[in-house]
Amino acid sequence: MPRPGYVLEVDRSTPPTLFWRGENFSLEKLPAGRSRVIYPPEPLPALADIDGAIRHALLNPLGQDPLPTQLFAGMKLTIAFDDVSLPLPKMRRPDIRQRVIEAVLDLAAQAGVDDVVLIAALGLHRRMHEYELRHALGDRVYDAFHPRGLLWQHDAEDHENLTVIGTTDHGEVLEINKRAADSDLVVYVNINSVSMDGGWKSITTGLASYRCLSHHHNGETLQNTRSLMGHRQHSALHTSIWRLGKVLRDHGPKVFQIETSLNTDMFPDAYSFINKREWEWTAKDRATYLGVTKGLSLLPVKARRKMFFDIHSPHQMTGVNAGDTELVHERTLEKVYAQQLVPVEGQTDILTLGIPFVCPYNPDGVMNPILVMCMGLGYLFNMYRNKPLVREGGVIIMTHPTYRDFNPVHHPSYIDFFEQVLPDTTDPVVMGQKWEKQFAEDEWYRHLYRTGNAYHGVHPFYAWYWGAHGQQHAGKVIIVGGDAATVRRLGFTPASTLDDAFEIASDVVGRQPTISHLHVPSLLVADVQ
Amino acid sequence: MSDRPGSKTASMTVAQLRRAAKVGDAASAALQAGLKPVRSLGFPYRRPSRPKGVVMPPEENTLGADFETEWARKAPAKAARALFNAGPLKMFVRWMANPEVVGLDRLADLLDRDETPAVIFAPNHHSHVDTPLVISVVPGEFRRTLVIAAAADYFFDKRVKGTMAALFLNAFPIEREVTTRKSSDQLRRLIDLGWSLVIYPEGGRSPDGWGQDFKGGAAYLAARCDVPVVPVFIDGTGTIFGKGMKRPKPGSTKVVFGAPLYPVEGENTRRFNARIEAAVTALGDEALTDFWTARQRAAQGANPKLTGPEHTSWRRQWALAEHRTLGKAGQRRRQKRRWPDLG
Repeated sequence: MPRPGYVLEVDRSTPPTLFWRGENFSLEKLPAGRSRVIYPPEPLPALADIDGAIRHALLNPLGQDPLPTQLFAGMKLTIAFDDVSLPLPKMRRPDIRQRVIEAVLDLAAQAGVDDVVLIAALGLHRRMHEYELRHALGDRVYDAFHPRGLLWQHDAEDHENLTVIGTTDHGEVLEINKRAADSDLVVYVNINSVSMDGGWKSITTGLASYRCLSHHHNGETLQNTRSLMGHRQHSALHTSIWRLGKVLRDHGPKVFQIETSLNTDMFPDAYSFINKREWEWTAKDRATYLGVTKGLSLLPVKARRKMFFDIHSPHQMTGVNAGDTELVHERTLEKVYAQQLVPVEGQTDILTLGIPFVCPYNPDGVMNPILVMCMGLGYLFNMYRNKPLVREGGVIIMTHPTYRDFNPVHHPSYIDFFEQVLPDTTDPVVMGQKWEKQFAEDEWYRHLYRTGNAYHGVHPFYAWYWGAHGQQHAGKVIIVGGDAATVRRLGFTPASTLDDAFEIASDVVGRQPTISHLHVPSLLVADVQ
Repeated sequence: MSDRPGSKTASMTVAQLRRAAKVGDAASAALQAGLKPVRSLGFPYRRPSRPKGVVMPPEENTLGADFETEWARKAPAKAARALFNAGPLKMFVRWMANPEVVGLDRLADLLDRDETPAVIFAPNHHSHVDTPLVISVVPGEFRRTLVIAAAADYFFDKRVKGTMAALFLNAFPIEREVTTRKSSDQLRRLIDLGWSLVIYPEGGRSPDGWGQDFKGGAAYLAARCDVPVVPVFIDGTGTIFGKGMKRPKPGSTKVVFGAPLYPVEGENTRRFNARIEAAVTALGDEALTDFWTARQRAAQGANPKLTGPEHTSWRRQWALAEHRTLGKAGQRRRQKRRWPDLG
């Protein structure tokens, strides 16, 4: 029986705590008597018969007829699926998407459906490489659909293949992929790594145009998104998306939503120490930690990245639901919270976060400084329900090397964003008004997005907006171990060690601040009472 | 100057020859004397003669299906086999069959279990190369506990042949036509002990290059032992060393693993066997076309049959040639060019 999450009150006998530092780790001593470490729940057991569970979900959907009865010869079927940003790290083969899509295709074949197209729901993310598509879909599906031109990657700039479904009462235009809009049935295959994924967000972002996304992906909306991972009514982003979802439901194609939840068994046995509580480390764990950290420190950054991106995570499916989008999403949220929720009492003055080597926007790429901000303030800070772990005006301390390093293939517009926009302003609202249009309409970025493997020109803005609430909430943000000039460019304060960071933070939170440390990995959502 | 008869040199040579003859005679006599006791020892050192008019009880057969192979699953034989599989066998298969393996991800759930379960691999069968090929491409977790069900009348008809098959392939004798209670009990015991089996449901190599109807042995055992059957399709071995070929001809092969099939409650052996055959047939289609085409045809029961067209004449052979061009046999490795010797 996996143990639930745990909040450890740090005392003098507490061993040092594991922190991510990008492509390495460190053990840090937290002040006794006023620090707490929030440990995630242990991974839930995976479903015993995953393929059986998928088939059962397709034959017994929530709020809809069984999938086979919705399929008929001569129909137009579109299967959309989440892109490479999920799950992290990439899972061992076979990927869940492959299992689900093969099961759907089996039923479609039995029903005599010929017109089937698969679409990678990229939104404004980069196009997936062939090896990534093969990993997500499996060689069988890839080899069957790609050579025939039936495997597409959504293009939010292909205006001939976008269509307007309708407009919300707030004036938000829902514009999505034309093939999906014209289909008799759209099957969407989700991987719900965290609670903000899935629901109406799948189609209204994954298959949407820039015009549609800009209604909710902006500085104001994200600043008012008070809880990305918690209750939806506290999230301006999700409120807007749900309005668009209503338009989709009333005027769009019929959607058969399939959502899957994963357990948090994120690292293989070779890295077993990562998932363990430090006082439970065995001699082997300690030896592994020493070997890994010493070995990594001798390697160049590229080799370290390669080592981490080569990890195939053993996480596996804990639940699968299919049918009506809203009913399915509620069930999925229950499963996700069952795995990730940890009750925590009250807020603290400081929140410490170890930033890992990857975030959803740099699979197989470089964690550039903007993504460090996005991961820290956008994702990890937001891993709460009800209230943030740190009080308003408190200090957020992150540990990451924060190199001034970019992947020019994946993130070309990030480079210019760093060089042009950030020296001018770090305010999400101001940069949105002043700079966003220029980047969004840049022909070169558009060309790279449409034909290469680059994120859309506007994407660095979105990554920055993602951290808008955290940025507004925190009185100060400190990055430990980062390149000083780069950290300052982000508008944060550099520090050499964690003790230095506490010293710097004392200007804001006094000499005896209370501290929370979010122990990642794996994933957890702090339910702050 | 030549030696005359009677001279000193000539007489010495004759004497030497005589001495040599004497030594030869002595050696021969010693040998005869040495062998005499052995010949004269007789029973119980030698087989007893049979008294006239006595009806002898039938001799216990230790060949064929009764060949004892228990020793081949003991630690020393396992260790020897592991070395053989990792070295010579693997190199041989790579050189001879150059396999492309797909569909192993379908076995991921079985491999993720704490203890790898016993399964029955059910491949189609065209060649003696099939067995080393399967052994070399199954995941290591299964390879360590893999038993090959081999035709008792072919592989175990002679002691030396049976011993080799048991040692190097971990072969186990099984009748082709009917699975007797003794055989099935032994196989069941092996499965209960965690050994996985390779059973060729066709019963033997293809006589003409097309497949044969599946016999029910694998389905029967799987249902009886409640273990999954993994359908496997092998393409290309028929042209490497098919039945009737005198010499093997290296080429390329493709091995497609299918999703494990479990016996359904209430399903009889015949139906389960039909499911296995349909699965291997669909994999055959997948190997030659693609996943989606194969699934579409499978849903309509329209996958091209492994047994080929119903013709009996040359058209069957003609169709086989066309069929082979679609598969791995159609992508033969470039043969080494032999230039004529023009002097």
